[in-house]
Amino acid sequence: MSAAVDTAAANAVPTADTRDARAAWVLIAPALMLFVGVLVIPLAMTVMLSFHDWGQYKGIAPVFILKNWHEIATDPYYAEMFWRTFRIALLTTLITAVFGAPEAYILNRMSGRWKSFFLLVILGPLLISVVARTLGWALLFGGNNGLVNKLLMSLGLIGKPLPFMFTETGMVVALAHVMMPFMVLSVWAALQRVDPQIENAALSLGASSLTIIRRIVLPQIMPGVLSGAIIVFSLSASAFATPAIIGGRRLKVAATLAYDEFLNTLNWPLGAAVAVLLLVALVLIVVGSNALIERRYAEVFR
Amino acid sequence: MRTNGPLALIFHTIFVVFMLAPIVVVCLVAFTPEGYLSLPTTSFSLRWFRTIANYPEFVHAFWVSLGLGALSSFVALLFAVPAALAIARHRFRGRDALAALFLSPLMIPHVVLGIAFLRFFTTIGMGGSFAGLLVAHVVVVFPFALRLTLAAATGMDRSVEMAAVSLGAGGWTLFRRVTLPLILPGVISGWALAFIQSFDDLTMTVFLAAPGTETLPVRMFLYIQDNIDPLVTSVSASVIAITMTALILLDRFYGLDRVLAGKSDSGR
Repeated sequence: MSAAVDTAAANAVPTADTRDARAAWVLIAPALMLFVGVLVIPLAMTVMLSFHDWGQYKGIAPVFILKNWHEIATDPYYAEMFWRTFRIALLTTLITAVFGAPEAYILNRMSGRWKSFFLLVILGPLLISVVARTLGWALLFGGNNGLVNKLLMSLGLIGKPLPFMFTETGMVVALAHVMMPFMVLSVWAALQRVDPQIENAALSLGASSLTIIRRIVLPQIMPGVLSGAIIVFSLSASAFATPAIIGGRRLKVAATLAYDEFLNTLNWPLGAAVAVLLLVALVLIVVGSNALIERRYAEVFR
Repeated sequence: MRTNGPLALIFHTIFVVFMLAPIVVVCLVAFTPEGYLSLPTTSFSLRWFRTIANYPEFVHAFWVSLGLGALSSFVALLFAVPAALAIARHRFRGRDALAALFLSPLMIPHVVLGIAFLRFFTTIGMGGSFAGLLVAHVVVVFPFALRLTLAAATGMDRSVEMAAVSLGAGGWTLFRRVTLPLILPGVISGWALAFIQSFDDLTMTVFLAAPGTETLPVRMFLYIQDNIDPLVTSVSASVIAITMTALILLDRFYGLDRVLAGKSDSGR
């Protein structure tokens, strides 16, 4: 930053370019200082923290050791917990894709007024507190006499009540509800770029509905589904409120485990290591799949 | 364009029921006349809404959330508007990297942000303070404020500004009388979306809030962890009602799809 300003100042007659750059940096400087001061530095401190030592009585010892990372790498408890976290995120992503994409397609074919009404109904929950929404699922699941079980049994889908509270099934259902708007929104955005005349052309050439969906619609909305999947996956893997409320105190995922280490066990260095590992894993997965998608759909994005 | 068949409409109905069920259940249970969790069957009662008044910690948490949301969104705009104008109008080295940095709070899991801020503020002696909470919220809502302002600044007609300059306006006058009014719809929507994000945030705030600075989602979460009773449903129903009102206003004045398009791209 200062380099650009210095060069501009050094020139006796600043060119239009350097003057322009200088004006831009003046406008940007406050936000940049804010981000370096209270985002970059705290994140760096957290990475450092994960290498510190901790003891029940001595607290945090600012030394550089690999104890926490060694513990996470060797104790199967952490492997199981991370595997559960990503399994839940993957299942949630699949469910939102399978149900969210058709719903976006159906929404897009509705007429004006209904379209905006149902768009509001489906996207609105995105802005409603996650705690309130998860509480709703806790009420619906509620033990063996929960409404969900009553409904499933009266439909004859299940013989005896399924456990939803404190199980991964319950977590996935509630998370799928929380994440669904992101998928619908992403597919919806992809559908806006699709020319409806292509479907009509296929229809006039005698293609069946199934063929149109498989050969015309699906390939065109696939980038939307995939980018929605990346959003849903990364948000599900780092979700906190829903796993904490539905999963209870025993069924831990990465975010709830880190919370426990920080506010109950008080082993901050270990909690920091769990959080840093979650961040690194997610960044790798998101960047990796983005690159794959862009290579696969290079023609679509061009 | 072809229309939806009966099968599609059945799917759609089930989908909408799925999306609304938990929200409707919370709102219904909130009106129960009983002393335990139950759906009101014979009569509706406001007793659990009146009970909220007996729990000052919920009322206090509500005011903390409201103040925190309003203030952090406003402060975020003070930083975001100049930054958005610079990114929208100037070409300079590092522009893309900066934009990525400013949007990065969207990509970083909130649990990681909560931990980072907790460590940072405890180290500099601001642990559990409202000021620390405010700064953390400013950073987290900044991308929403930036994005909607950026959209407005990019789409703006520059000729009006040039006319003002040719008439001798400059600097602050130009910004206050010409530029700001032109980007105002984007700025206000950015504020509203940022406010909702701040008002709803649990994951990061739960690490930073201390007794006295607990926000409403944090208070609700800690309460639910101990037990679930009709009181927390009436609090939730009130929160839902407030959000719905804001949502409908936002939709009327700006268009919800435009606001949400700014929310979706990178997640949170």
